[in-house]
Amino acid sequence: MSFSGILSIALGAILIENFIYIKFLGICPFMGVSKKMDTATGMGLAVIFVMGLASVFCWIVNRYLLVPLGLEYMQTVAYILVIAALVQFVEMFLQKSVPSLYQALGIYLPLITTNCAVLGVALLNTQYGYGFVESVVYGITGGVGFLIAIVLFASVRERLELTAEYPEAFEGFPIALISAGLVALAFMGFSGLKIS
Amino acid sequence: MNNILYAVAVLGGLGAFFGLLLAIASKVFAVRTDEKLEAILACLSGANCGACGYAGCAAYAAAVAAGAPIDRCIPGGDETAKRIADIMGAAPAKVERLVAFVRCSGGDKTYDKYAYEGIKSCAMAASSISGGQRSCVYGCLGYGDCARVCPHGAISISGGVALVDREKCRGCMLCLAACPKKLIIRIPYSAASTIACANTDRGGLTRNVCQAGCLGCKICEKNCPHNAVHVENNVAVKDFSKCTNCGVCAEKCPRKLIKPPSGRLEERAE
Repeated sequence: MSFSGILSIALGAILIENFIYIKFLGICPFMGVSKKMDTATGMGLAVIFVMGLASVFCWIVNRYLLVPLGLEYMQTVAYILVIAALVQFVEMFLQKSVPSLYQALGIYLPLITTNCAVLGVALLNTQYGYGFVESVVYGITGGVGFLIAIVLFASVRERLELTAEYPEAFEGFPIALISAGLVALAFMGFSGLKIS
Repeated sequence: MNNILYAVAVLGGLGAFFGLLLAIASKVFAVRTDEKLEAILACLSGANCGACGYAGCAAYAAAVAAGAPIDRCIPGGDETAKRIADIMGAAPAKVERLVAFVRCSGGDKTYDKYAYEGIKSCAMAASSISGGQRSCVYGCLGYGDCARVCPHGAISISGGVALVDREKCRGCMLCLAACPKKLIIRIPYSAASTIACANTDRGGLTRNVCQAGCLGCKICEKNCPHNAVHVENNVAVKDFSKCTNCGVCAEKCPRKLIKPPSGRLEERAE
């Protein structure tokens, strides 16, 4: 795997095909925990962690279990199972072994157990025919893209709360959805970006 | 037919494997929690305010279980200390109730140096030109960052100055960190009077920017029979461990600045 290939996967996952703004995956935690900057950061880090792990294990299950037996059509179900079990396991492991990391990520981990961005990264890895290294890179950078997206949006929302004037009917979720749409529009600007 | 069997076998196998794995993990990685710790945690206020000096309620509960003093939960007060004492089998301790206090009486007693048109937040205003729009650079900016973080609704803005209602204040001190001017201090709930100014400029300069501020004249210091009030850096500061609430300083203050901690200056006058 060439360096430029990895770089283009990373750039693609972070900016050009951002999971939130372009693919519209993982909107639920994106809207749910983007009210404050510190919770948004915690969530973003947890997503990087889980997406990276999910890519690794789903690739292994797909390559050595599903493909040899001709069961590719069971991918979705198998991946859900793998990711859910994995996150549970990691949570227990962290609580015992790395309490400080558990304190930081712990409350967000169960929230993204079967999140569509996490499942999405596993399915897309298979769809694009990525190898092991490419899958891991795509998973982690996809998570980085999520972190950037949610932190950007949290700052927008914090600012909205203090300054913006809008009709009362838009209070809360409506204005959040509208501003998310506008940020997504801005991200469309990356669509022409390419590494050759 | 074989296809279906494979599918069932693989998914069933995976499910069983992960089930077993999690079952084993829950045994291997089980975190033992102290029964006392859980009981103590249940007594605490759950505000995670850090007034006790620990990182949060869970950290304080762990410290208490390990033998730390039981009287540190200020939001919980005597009630909580008593319940923890029951659990720990220790003698109940009295919690000194602390409340927040804003060291400023300025507000509309000051003037604005310029019209501030930015975000209505003290942190933003304080980071703009010359530390905010108010003539006194030490004083309250009145945009209510403290009121926004207060979980108990105890802080309101009156006459351009933040004001803590000490009946509603539970002493969590979240406002201390929110104030960009670091104006908020902890005072005992029982304190009859405090000095509501933080201006460390000399008297004349203070008089120029605020009609209410402390001039550092030391009349309070000279008259205090208990050596509890001192003028440091041109502003009077009270030592609550020595103060007996005798009220001499309040009587002698030429600016009538030493007043009960609740209520605006004018209201406090009567």
